[in-house]
Amino acid sequence: MRPFDYQQAQGTAAALALAAQHLAPPGEERILAPAQYLAGGTNLLDLMKIGVAHPPALINITALRQDHGRIETDASGLRLGALARMAEAAEHPAVLRDYPAIAQSLQLAASQQLRNMATLGGNVLQRTRCNYFRDPSWQACNKRVPGTGCAAMAGVNRRLAVLGVSEHCIAHYPGDFANVLAALGAEVEILSSDGTARRIAFEELHRLPGDAPHIDTNLRPGELIISFRVPAGPWTRRSLYLKIRDRESYDFAQASAVVALDLQDGVVREARVGLGGLVAKPWRSHEAEAALRGRKLDQASAQASADAAFQGAVTHGENAFKPELGRRTLVRALLQAAAMET
Amino acid sequence: MPDGNQTIIGQPAIRIDGRAKVTGMARYASDEVVANPAHAFLVTSAIARGRIRGFRLDAARAVPGILDILMHGNVGGEAEKPKPMSGGDTTTTLESDRVWHDGQIIAVVLAESFEAAREAAHKVEVDYEAEPPSATFGSPGVEEEVRKAGEHKDYKVGDAEASFAVAEVKVDARYGTPTQHHNPIELFTTTCEWRGGKLTVYEPSQFVYGLRGSLAKQLRMDPGDIHVVSRFVGGAFGSRGGITARTAWIAVAARRLNRPVRLVATRDQGFTIVTYRAETRHHIQLGATRDGRLTALRHEGWEVTSRPSEYNVSGTETTARVYACPNILTKVNIVHADRNTPGFMRAPPETPYMFPLEVAMDELAVALNMDPVELRRINDTQTDPATGKPYSSRSLMPCFDQAAERFGWKGRNPAPGTMRDGDWQVGWGCATAAYPANIGPAAARVTLTLEGKARVQIAAHDIGTGAYTVIAITAADRLGLEIGKVVVELGGSELPAAGLAAGSSHTAGICNAVAKACEGVRQRLAQAAVTSNDGPLAGQDPAKLTLSAGALRAPGGAAEDLPKALARVTTGVLEVYAENIPKGLPPESIGKVYQGQMAMSRGHSREDATTYTFGAQFVEVRVHALTREVRVPRAVGAFAAGTIVNPLTAHSQYMGGMIWGISAALHEATEIDPHAARYVNDNIAEYLMPVNADVRSIEVIMVPEQDAQVNPLGIKGIGEIGIVGMNAAISNAVWHATGRRIRDLPIRIEDLL
Ligand SMILES: Cc1cc2nc3c(=O)[nH]c(=O)nc-3n(C[C@H](O)[C@H](O)[C@H](O)COP(=O)(O)OP(=O)(O)OC[C@H]3O[C@@H](n4cnc5c(N)ncnc54)[C@H](O)[C@@H]3O)c2cc1C
Ligand code: SF4
Repeated sequence: MRPFDYQQAQGTAAALALAAQHLAPPGEERILAPAQYLAGGTNLLDLMKIGVAHPPALINITALRQDHGRIETDASGLRLGALARMAEAAEHPAVLRDYPAIAQSLQLAASQQLRNMATLGGNVLQRTRCNYFRDPSWQACNKRVPGTGCAAMAGVNRRLAVLGVSEHCIAHYPGDFANVLAALGAEVEILSSDGTARRIAFEELHRLPGDAPHIDTNLRPGELIISFRVPAGPWTRRSLYLKIRDRESYDFAQASAVVALDLQDGVVREARVGLGGLVAKPWRSHEAEAALRGRKLDQASAQASADAAFQGAVTHGENAFKPELGRRTLVRALLQAAAMET
Repeated sequence: MPDGNQTIIGQPAIRIDGRAKVTGMARYASDEVVANPAHAFLVTSAIARGRIRGFRLDAARAVPGILDILMHGNVGGEAEKPKPMSGGDTTTTLESDRVWHDGQIIAVVLAESFEAAREAAHKVEVDYEAEPPSATFGSPGVEEEVRKAGEHKDYKVGDAEASFAVAEVKVDARYGTPTQHHNPIELFTTTCEWRGGKLTVYEPSQFVYGLRGSLAKQLRMDPGDIHVVSRFVGGAFGSRGGITARTAWIAVAARRLNRPVRLVATRDQGFTIVTYRAETRHHIQLGATRDGRLTALRHEGWEVTSRPSEYNVSGTETTARVYACPNILTKVNIVHADRNTPGFMRAPPETPYMFPLEVAMDELAVALNMDPVELRRINDTQTDPATGKPYSSRSLMPCFDQAAERFGWKGRNPAPGTMRDGDWQVGWGCATAAYPANIGPAAARVTLTLEGKARVQIAAHDIGTGAYTVIAITAADRLGLEIGKVVVELGGSELPAAGLAAGSSHTAGICNAVAKACEGVRQRLAQAAVTSNDGPLAGQDPAKLTLSAGALRAPGGAAEDLPKALARVTTGVLEVYAENIPKGLPPESIGKVYQGQMAMSRGHSREDATTYTFGAQFVEVRVHALTREVRVPRAVGAFAAGTIVNPLTAHSQYMGGMIWGISAALHEATEIDPHAARYVNDNIAEYLMPVNADVRSIEVIMVPEQDAQVNPLGIKGIGEIGIVGMNAAISNAVWHATGRRIRDLPIRIEDLL
């Protein structure tokens, strides 16, 4: 057994205080904060068992469900507590009715057992499924050990990203739900270890790999996500999440698309577009949205939007098919959303 | 059925071990209780080729609870390398400093707990002298050679090259199948315990005598001093057929510690410490007349194996004899790479080799503008085209006709891309399934007690297939008892020997042996009954007496209850031991099994007939018009396999095979890093197989067939044929849906964009 410290936080203040005890020396803190919050544990414990994560301290935050487990809606939007379970959000009547893309992104993720256990906060922070990252016997992985190189670039990379990648890392962000939060312009509420709150755009939460792929997010050590706020908009009811995968269920996306449309007589007044399965971080495509605005939604404009979304795609051999699959996924999602009864 | 006397054979019966399994009472090998075991954790190589310069062990040795670390330096001489399953030499593990492949066992860490052993194993640091490895076909450094005739041979009938050159209609194409791993749910475990000089090994096995014999050679022991126990097996699929390296080292570890040692290898280690299905390549040439008669069949295969091994499956032995054809030529090549030695995996030869043949037949049907079922009919035969021998039975066309009828094949528009359901393109495809009817020698002991119960003992293996139940059915049928009155003991080398549970041979081998022992019981009872002075059967012809419904009966209706009939023989128990030597094998073949060697009469090795099982498989696929994912909403398979001992478990075998076929065609592939020659998706989250949502409707038709020639009970074997036609049927259906001919498996989104 590799020893680590394990504590159960009884409330939010206690959790923050425990995390503050374990802050890393300056300079190293952003690689992986020494203290990790343990939510559902379905990603973190997995990474510990396979020897990829070795936090010296775990702080179980399950008790924080009381404070941060609620799902609330009002005219301004939806507030999802970070400790709410994936299954709770997926089955929530208001989410199903007013934000179908959110419900679908969760229903189509993982399995019912995992969704019953996993939290929304943990879900957005899940780490890449790049096989070279998840097996420490591979030496070259800049994300796991900075400066070692990237085995995936000339290796098995069929599942990896084509948008947002760098010459240091082509890992994909594997989750579904976060792509919807990015597309719908959500915000994240964060508490720092001293208890102060800040809010950032969800799009700003994750970082592109650039030359520091080992840092996944802009969270500071000890920071706790407490909720996600999704603004209401005339497009959320006509929204969907389309996930394309090798098997019918229990599989990560090869490509996915989030589409939310405000249509008038078939013309796009406003659109929100997100992509998944082939992106380096949760992805909103402003280019795809711009290509739609003011245009009649038909095959041609959908294709133009998809072309715009994949302008900057970079492929590495095995994953050369992904831009085309991504475009088709987006076209299909756009046409399907346009045909929705709302 | 051969003698028409069966009443219980052929009736669906629930598993006699079902309750034990669902209540957790069934003991799998690592559940067996041993006193105070130490725990082993394997250290495996992180390179695919090179040498081990040394280990740095200080950190590992500092882990509390650590007991010992086995490496080539300290134990290398204590075991010989395992005997390979087929020609050539074998890769080694701790016997030397050589690394032959990724994930090779290079050290065994022993500790007081599993956790401590794992932790210490993670702390073992290895200094390698790495050499650039060759991963697979086309990698620099692979060595290709023609497979010499030996265990497998090639066929040359007529002149296939010349007749192909002048054929009116031709198909000439190349195909490929991927690396696959079995991943049975029960992990690969070994527990060893020494008592004095005697060793007990608990390990999930498809051949306990084989394990015993091989291990005895490796440890230079008398086989009689080794007891192998494998009462329940949580899936095998070929992966537990031959001995693998771990067993001897766990035995050595237990001897060094003077204490039982238990190994439960991890899921990812299961990808490299046992065997797998190697990737294959194929070149097929078919020539035909305009009316669809085959005039030439050439099939050349390439298979990957390890550097020293000559393991190959040579499925051309099946593809050469599926269709009538006057000119046949086959050839197999092996390609040595820096990989583990492959081994059996469900229908080892047929799954990869029937795929190209059956896709090529579909391509030929298209070229001829002929229905694919009719093309099979035109080329059907009752004579083995490779040898000219008759088939003992062959019901290929009844299978096609019944499956086609159920599937609704008549309604198919032959043109591709013509069927649609909303945004989904729909396609229908079919293929032939063929598998040899093999059988091995086996021995069994049947004991009848005065309470009217029977005990059957045989070192057979229930790898999840229902072997316990078919044995109980056979004994009940032959002894005239209820199934519930039969107790079955399997899975231990203390029992009468049975061969490898593989090659779909096991039910035939073991049931015929059990039936023979039961016949011995009947003869003893009959002899006593007819020679008695007072009994109701006195003076009857003993050969005509049968056991049924709890009594010994004469044709005219005279009968004597079993306890009374038994009391004429003994006041104790009646025990009969019998050995069954299948036709085509020498009497000493049972001795080989006792020594742990393979002995099998194969579908194409008999003098008098070729014995094969046939089936027909039909599949509907849907391919999304835009995003190209492929789904299989329904599949129908019809199979004729002689006597079906238990239709309930037979149905499961066929259905499981068909589901695996969906998996093999669309999901499964072990990904290999091309530079490092290492497996990448070595876990069951990313080594995809179908989930419930991928498996919609699977229909199984059991076409009645009687084969009195194949073996006394007429059993042909069903364990593997269900997977055989699926790859091609799915590929053919994808062609029909999309017009795209996919010749490399698995068929994925990117192949259809
Ligand atoms: C087999 C399998 C299949 C899967 N398939 C999918 C899929 O198809 N789609 C998909 O989207 N996901 C999938 N997942 C991933 C799954 O959804 C995530 O593992 C899960 O959502 C993580 O949530 P958790 O609560 O268990 O997080 P944990 O494992 O507890 O935490 C993950 C990380 O987030 C941090 N963390 C958690 N909560 C907070 C917080 N409030 N504030 C700050 N940090 C926090 C933890 O410290 C940790 O670093 C799959 C997982 C598995 C094992
Ligand atoms: S893609 Fe990123 S995570 Fe994967 S090996 Fe390269 S650096 Fe590591």
